[in-house]
Amino acid sequence: MPNDVKTGSLAPDKKLKWVGTRPLRPDGVDKVTGRAKFGADFSLPGMLIGKVLRSPHPHARIKSIDTSKAEVLPGVKAVVTRDDFHDMESEFVPAGEMLVNYRDMVRNVMAREKVLYDGHAVAAVAATSNAVAKRALKLIEVDYEPLPHVIDVLEAMEPDAPLLHEDMITAGVEPAPDKPSNVAKVVEFAIGDVEAGFAQAEVIVERTFQTKPVHQAYIEPHACVASVSEDGQAELWCTTQGHYVVRGHCARLLGMDVSKIRVTASEIGGGFGGKTVVYLEPLALALSAKACRPVKMVMSRDEVFRASGPTSGAHMRIKVGATKDGRITAAEADLKYQAGAFQGSPVQPGAMCAFAPYDLENVKVVGYDVVTNRPKVAAYRAPGAPISEYAVECVIDELARKLGLDPIDFRLANAAKEGTRAAYGPKFGPIGLVETLQEAKAHPHYTAPLGPDQGRGVASGFWFNIGGETCAALNINEDGTAALMIGTPDIGGSRASLCMMAAEELGIDLDRIRPIIADTSSLGYTFLTGGSRVTFASGMATIDAAQDAVRQLCERAAKIWEIPSDAVEWEDGYAKPAGANAGDFEPMSLAEVAKVAGKTGGPIVGHAQINAQGAGPSFGTHIVDVEVDRETGRVTVVRYTVVQDAGKAVHPAYVEGQYQGGAVQGIGWALNEEYIYGEDGRLENPGFLDYRIPVASDVPMIDTVIVEVPNPRHPYGVRGVGETPIVPPMAAITNALADALGIRFTELPMSPPKVLEAIGEAAAGG
Amino acid sequence: MARGVLTGNLRKFTGGETEVELEAGNVRQLFRALGERYPNLRPHLEESLAVAIDGQIYQDAWFEPIPPDAEVHLLPQIAGG
Repeated sequence: MPNDVKTGSLAPDKKLKWVGTRPLRPDGVDKVTGRAKFGADFSLPGMLIGKVLRSPHPHARIKSIDTSKAEVLPGVKAVVTRDDFHDMESEFVPAGEMLVNYRDMVRNVMAREKVLYDGHAVAAVAATSNAVAKRALKLIEVDYEPLPHVIDVLEAMEPDAPLLHEDMITAGVEPAPDKPSNVAKVVEFAIGDVEAGFAQAEVIVERTFQTKPVHQAYIEPHACVASVSEDGQAELWCTTQGHYVVRGHCARLLGMDVSKIRVTASEIGGGFGGKTVVYLEPLALALSAKACRPVKMVMSRDEVFRASGPTSGAHMRIKVGATKDGRITAAEADLKYQAGAFQGSPVQPGAMCAFAPYDLENVKVVGYDVVTNRPKVAAYRAPGAPISEYAVECVIDELARKLGLDPIDFRLANAAKEGTRAAYGPKFGPIGLVETLQEAKAHPHYTAPLGPDQGRGVASGFWFNIGGETCAALNINEDGTAALMIGTPDIGGSRASLCMMAAEELGIDLDRIRPIIADTSSLGYTFLTGGSRVTFASGMATIDAAQDAVRQLCERAAKIWEIPSDAVEWEDGYAKPAGANAGDFEPMSLAEVAKVAGKTGGPIVGHAQINAQGAGPSFGTHIVDVEVDRETGRVTVVRYTVVQDAGKAVHPAYVEGQYQGGAVQGIGWALNEEYIYGEDGRLENPGFLDYRIPVASDVPMIDTVIVEVPNPRHPYGVRGVGETPIVPPMAAITNALADALGIRFTELPMSPPKVLEAIGEAAAGG
Repeated sequence: MARGVLTGNLRKFTGGETEVELEAGNVRQLFRALGERYPNLRPHLEESLAVAIDGQIYQDAWFEPIPPDAEVHLLPQIAGG
């Protein structure tokens, strides 16, 4: 099945040479030959190896830490504990576009009064070898006072639950509670009158759902090398989605000037939101500062699972009512998201997104941010949205079936469109949900015959997308080539898409532009690669920088021709007189102007520094066919189609890659992935053998349809595409299973034992 | 006069009011006017809120113009993964 691009009527009329094509990525050869340097690939002379001692307890008070034996072990050059980090005030401060509580962050990177989860860092050592570092960890004596723990979100909300933070008073409740609890915050979004709306409903579906925490499961573990000199100048190489954000966090946690830390982002082997925070980096810097030698730290897979990510698990109640002719009259949701050891689950965006695909008059969503003895959650593709929208999309499907309506027709009858007031407040501008639903319904997949024990499901999804602070610089070289410097690490092929936009603006061939991910001291502050923002925001900065360079190129040509600069125009890589009155001059190519740049005023460099606004929301609709093995309970995805609005696909192959990757991660979330804790509060499956992510043989080719409803706020119409694809799969697969078996699952993952049990219960009439 | 709409938990800082009419030519002037009218809201205005002006969301954009008669929603800032 060929992948497809559907262009909407608002497509830019500009004739494009590069944007919309599928060239090879500039970093491709390095990545397939092993030449590319990922986080663990950096080494420096005299480098030490850093290791972390982690808590074996899910919850315990630290009575004392004795590092004296480790410190005298030959080969050990530095040891750090809580005493090496200043305490921080409890305040939420902006860091980039994120609100960060550094009091929590300093406790997450190194436990202070208590350990709050299995795997919580307690001490770190730097030694001359891996073996010495491991031996040193065993010599550190930690006296713990074990405390009762709580893993489950509902149990954590009980009045007598073990308290993680004795001073946590629930925010967002009036009057404020007089006792602490594990509920950090309550959020609420409401429009209209849900009681009146349900009174108008002729059919109501209400169900509760549970999802489990799942890890971002990036293949490359967290890794860094830090080198702090005797005068306090620091260099840091690390795998991250945002090296400027890492710099800011480390400076704050270590009390350093931002200018003293220079961070270089390595190539990154997946992040999906999980590499937007710091774990090892402040420890490596602290160890290096103590030892005055470079320190390398790399997490094992066990550490990645126990001490980084994941996203929240949740307990949810969803209620939706509709009239018999298929109009939704009211929708309501209670969302209880577990945040892990420190507050900050993505329940707020989850609450805002829950009903975003629908045009509703009466909505109420209440969300709870709840701490538990698990690792602090980190962002994961469209943080919060896949969880709440999973539950809502299952109820929408069930409601459609009860009404006897086609699930796509039911969605179309209630779909958000331009002018619809979103459940979180503002009205949408141009959006493409209706177009994705129409394309899905028209797709051959939707009407293809199903085999025995097979079922088909659909679901839609939404994510906001963001812009943010972004810089770009475009150096025009003396031979007419160019170097594009950007500050967003390339995770999904952004070097290629950004160079394509630069080539379009400059009018030169793509292979004449070399993209560089600049370090934090070489380019101005740039927010991280996340929020589906890079092709949009770094794209806007790149276009601005290219237009700045073009302006300078025209000025130089004007000087040479001795005419006003506004009498010169740029077309297809050439400076030309703007009209007959400007004079009769032979057009000058970019290379010709660049060659004499030194004689006409000096180097030509285009710059842009922006806070990109106007990100376009993204919607998608997925179709999936599953087949159930009734003897084993195994569910096989036999066909999958993603339809999503990209605004404008700059590089369609990488847009398709985002669609396919999101769908596959969602398949894992739906069918197998979960954190399993024992009664002792310890994680029992911290490895890929027991934490089962989909591999190539588990999934079919994921078909894609790129819908293009242009974002009017981007020069080429771009919307972000990276996050929305993970939103619909869990509900689409749940709905397909309902179609195949007549059984409505309300818990993720729908792993073989659970499916088998449900089949058995159904057969027994349960 | 712009019409400001406060979503989510913000009404807890405004004595329950969710809609307000304010003279404000840009986002910073809006924040200042809201802070003067609702002192409990002031700590949240410039650090944790986005605004949507006639549906378009802006984050950290103090000088974004607010047209007369615009509908301005205040909502939590969005990050992402």
